[in-house]
Amino acid sequence: MHTDQTSPLLRVHDLKIAYGGIQAVKGIGFELHAGETVCLIGANGAGKTTTLNAIAGVLPIASGDIHYKGERINALPAHRRLRAGIALVPEGRGIFTRLTVEENLRMGAYSRNDSAAIEADLERVYTMLPRIKERLPQVAGTLSGGEQQMVAIGRALLSRPRLLLLDEPSMGLAPLVVEKIFEVVQSVAREGVTILLVEQNANLALEFAQRGYVMESGKITLTGSGSDLLANPKVRAAYLGEEA
Amino acid sequence: MNELVAAVPWLGKRNPTAARWLIILVAIAAPFIAWQFGRSWVRILDFALLYMMLALGLNLVVGFAGLLDLGYIAFYAVGAYTFAFLASPHFDVHLPFWVILPLGAAFAALAGVMLGFPVLRLRGDYLAIVTLGFGEIVRIFMLNLNYPVNITNGPQGINMIDPINLFGWDLSRNIRIGEDFTIHSLFLYYYFFLAAVVASIIFIQRLQISRIGRAWAAMRDDELAAKAIGINTRDMKLLAFALGATFGGVAGALFGAFQGFVSPESFSLMESIAVLTMVVFGGMGNLAGAVVGAFVLALLPELLRDVAVPLQQTLFGHVLLDPEVLRMLLLSLAMILMMLLRPAGMIPARARYCHDHHLSHHLNNTPKREAAK
Repeated sequence: MHTDQTSPLLRVHDLKIAYGGIQAVKGIGFELHAGETVCLIGANGAGKTTTLNAIAGVLPIASGDIHYKGERINALPAHRRLRAGIALVPEGRGIFTRLTVEENLRMGAYSRNDSAAIEADLERVYTMLPRIKERLPQVAGTLSGGEQQMVAIGRALLSRPRLLLLDEPSMGLAPLVVEKIFEVVQSVAREGVTILLVEQNANLALEFAQRGYVMESGKITLTGSGSDLLANPKVRAAYLGEEA
Repeated sequence: MNELVAAVPWLGKRNPTAARWLIILVAIAAPFIAWQFGRSWVRILDFALLYMMLALGLNLVVGFAGLLDLGYIAFYAVGAYTFAFLASPHFDVHLPFWVILPLGAAFAALAGVMLGFPVLRLRGDYLAIVTLGFGEIVRIFMLNLNYPVNITNGPQGINMIDPINLFGWDLSRNIRIGEDFTIHSLFLYYYFFLAAVVASIIFIQRLQISRIGRAWAAMRDDELAAKAIGINTRDMKLLAFALGATFGGVAGALFGAFQGFVSPESFSLMESIAVLTMVVFGGMGNLAGAVVGAFVLALLPELLRDVAVPLQQTLFGHVLLDPEVLRMLLLSLAMILMMLLRPAGMIPARARYCHDHHLSHHLNNTPKREAAK
């Protein structure tokens, strides 16, 4: 895969997003290089999900720039961004509850028409998620939370993303299940997919990611490598529940 | 058709071929059976077929794409008035049926897109309110566009609309075979409408399993996720409104020609609700459900009315409840019973994909989770 050290895969510059009159994201900037795993941590309402949705194009931005592969994609609609390689696993998983597991996965390849390659990719996802393979004909709404999260990730993979946007994959799941999900995400990262991960579970996210950004009420307040941020007393106090 | 076959009780699963022939036989024999009870029953069957077409079209919008539309009857009105304008003495225009039908469909589709654009970002309750308003606006236009220029003839409606004429074959004329055998016009309309319904079912069935159908299903379940997997939700919504409206428009044109008369009265909010009830009653998002729901709910009130009026007369000596009031009462009662006993409709959508215990597990858990929130 072609990796260009000089220009990042994703560059966000002075991004501002507002809901009605309320500014949710107040001018943030960050970069992702190809192959990196980067996390965005912060408290509830800090603007993490908003940022992710804006990058995927499912939410309009107020001002600023989003560059992907060196091109400005501000005006590109969500379905075109997906075709360009940006896939979102939305908050709360966004499973199609009334479709079967297999249909959910196949919907991930909605914008592709290379059926032979799609079948091969499906097989790859099945080997990655053996639990899901057992449940293909089941209606997805009847799966457990962890299984739904796996389906959501598998579905995103079927679009063959270069950049995977993961929104709180650990939300509402038991610690053991979270571990399994992160194993899956890790194997995705190993395949060379660039990952931008949003998490409230800061400990987990920072251990997992190479770099991290800390968001607080719409702004990025801290940045550094995963281990640096984990060691940072401010981060430990704010997100890991330790006394300062 | 397969969904309909599977919906036949008992026989549907044991012997699909027999069930299929049973449906075909019943569909063909129905008007002859109805005729035994009087001419008006064949007429009611004809209307039931029109309701089926409406329910199929609305099911496409509400059931497939998940867009709640409370003003669907407006498209029926557009189709009916298109026919009335172009084939009646009102403007003294008499275009052939095969010219007007696509025009009626096209105008209705246009109306669908006109409704679709402003409601693109609305969901749930808000969408319901705007569509309800749209339905009323269309009706009020029909009611008031007789001044300063008389377009719709206002509350009097448009009379003496040309009957359906298939290349010189006038469906409003009885066919006389020999001395004492006639095929009544109502039968001709029945089979023509039946053909239209069958064509609609085939088209919609293809649509459901197409890329478009899958995109609608995804959008209905989770709009944000649908966008995230690359579905152009704006286009898909507009397409749902336009295609759904097309069926309404075609049914409306057939209605205008069949009845020979249109007036704003036929397109009230209550009619929109009646069609929606048919979709919900039958099972939302399910072709067979829309067909069965429309059939049952178009016939049941008439049946009960036939019983209720004489019953009231013998019991009380006079009619206490007007049949029209009774109809709404019965529809409401049917809906309440349905919600209590079979919340997913008579024929729940896609039950065939669930293992039984999974489905019941899901249905049992959902209300609890909602209550806990």
